[in-house]
Amino acid sequence: MTAADPATAPASAAPALAAEAALALGDDALMLSHRLAEWAGHAPELEEEVALANIALDLLGQARVLLSLVGDEDELAYLREERAFRNAQLTEQPNGDFAHTIVRQLYFSTYQRLLYGRLTAAAGAGTGDGGLGGLAAKAVKEVAYHQDHAEQWTLRLGDGTEESHRRTQAAVDALWRFTGELFQPLPGLAAVDWTELESDWLTSVTAVLGRATLTVPDGPRTGAWRAGAGRQGLHTESFGRMLAEMQHLHRSHPGATW
Amino acid sequence: MTAVTADSHEASKAYEAVFDAAVAADERIEPRDWMPEGYRTGLIRQIAQHAHSEIIGMQPEANWITRAPSLRRKAILLAKVQDEAGHGLYLYSAAETLGASRDDLLDKLHSGRQKYSSIFNYPTLTWADVGAIGWLVDGAAITNQVPLCRCSYGPYARAMIRVCKEESFHQRQGYESLLALSRGTPEQHAMAQDAVDRWWWPSLMMFGPPDDESAHSAQSMAWKIKRHSNDELRQRFVDICVPQAESLGLTLPDPDLKWNEERGHHDFGAIDWAEFREVLKGNGPCNEQRITQRRRAHEDGAWVRQAAAAYAAKHREATA
Repeated sequence: MTAADPATAPASAAPALAAEAALALGDDALMLSHRLAEWAGHAPELEEEVALANIALDLLGQARVLLSLVGDEDELAYLREERAFRNAQLTEQPNGDFAHTIVRQLYFSTYQRLLYGRLTAAAGAGTGDGGLGGLAAKAVKEVAYHQDHAEQWTLRLGDGTEESHRRTQAAVDALWRFTGELFQPLPGLAAVDWTELESDWLTSVTAVLGRATLTVPDGPRTGAWRAGAGRQGLHTESFGRMLAEMQHLHRSHPGATW
Repeated sequence: MTAVTADSHEASKAYEAVFDAAVAADERIEPRDWMPEGYRTGLIRQIAQHAHSEIIGMQPEANWITRAPSLRRKAILLAKVQDEAGHGLYLYSAAETLGASRDDLLDKLHSGRQKYSSIFNYPTLTWADVGAIGWLVDGAAITNQVPLCRCSYGPYARAMIRVCKEESFHQRQGYESLLALSRGTPEQHAMAQDAVDRWWWPSLMMFGPPDDESAHSAQSMAWKIKRHSNDELRQRFVDICVPQAESLGLTLPDPDLKWNEERGHHDFGAIDWAEFREVLKGNGPCNEQRITQRRRAHEDGAWVRQAAAAYAAKHREATA
């Protein structure tokens, strides 16, 4: 398989499918999985080695299904340039400390659970899931676990020690501006009311932060170049290096199979 | 707790006779059974070092997760590294049934008072190393661990049964990954051969020193913790690997390796025991890096563990 092979180019996607949405959601899962995998061997507890790898693996599985709906998964993952990726900027944010990783998980898994819940319901009702209902039905069980993991840790860290509270509040504040982008409507997912999705997300996240004794930031959730551009292929600076690492070996052996 | 007091020398003799008879009859020793102190402390050391090896062993493979060349291989590797953390957890639990604590054992690892397998002090320099580790390192581990499924200590034997099932799966995946490279482009084939050349001898060292230099072997075999000597297992491993290397289309880096009709085994060249001793002493290529990363993960995670403990304490008070 090479990039030049027209038979495997993304254009071969089934027309009924919301290919743009599948690509965006697939890229989200791929990038967040990659970030979580960077924790392997560095986690604060052995139990977290297992948990973070487990979540990374679930997300990688979702990415593979979603990207395969669009084209060849490896071609899409390894041979696109930075500007062609459609993931939300939240998912590419560096791990930072454990609090940053957990807050990123809280924000993203809450979004995924609410979105996949709606897509699953739409598939059941036979209306407007963009062809993603099957994936969503499988993934919704995984993301419920991810959200629970993130919530439990947000509570422990927010309401733990002075230091953990301070670190977690810093993460809540730093990542807040990347959350608005998640609710820009993705084409083809007619069943999703994005305004309602956003308000459900705010309600859920606000409740968890409150229970964790953390303050909901009052800063912007989108704005100019700072956030909200990942879906258009405009990413933050660390993204290029992350891709360089991810793609290097594959690109060094064009046409090879592994 | 089965500490024997000084005034019960007779009772101690009786316990020992019961223990010896159970071992002789191939019965399992369980956590509440009386056991000789040397049996208990020797097992704690062995199981802990086994657990440490799983945890340190995550590092050379995790080194390639973010660079895995296909999403399928990435998923396989991620699952494997996750399994290793899980194996570490089973094994620490098995050690805890003997009265050790995980925190204390980790402390011994971090301070260098307990060891881990010498193999993980070698670097993973190319993607093919991941396949070579799966085939050779996991293969050697399985050869060592399958007899441990019949070890006299029940919790260790049961942990090994679970571990071996998963390890066998990893080993087949490693073999399959090397096979893909071997049959791939000339560059991929060369990468696979180079990896096997670098991992073969360190894998043979995983079976430990030769029988006449193995400090713990005789007692371990008498207590049926160990079932076969280091050299027996090493020979078994070589005999398994030779035909596998042939079907992989790769060679093993040993000019003295040849079938011995009389023995019914492969003869093989001399192992560089000086290198083995240097690695065990901490002077291998990655000893410093491996232990530093492990310590740093533990130290950097201290505030997280403290937060979890503080939250649990508050929650207990709140619900008390």
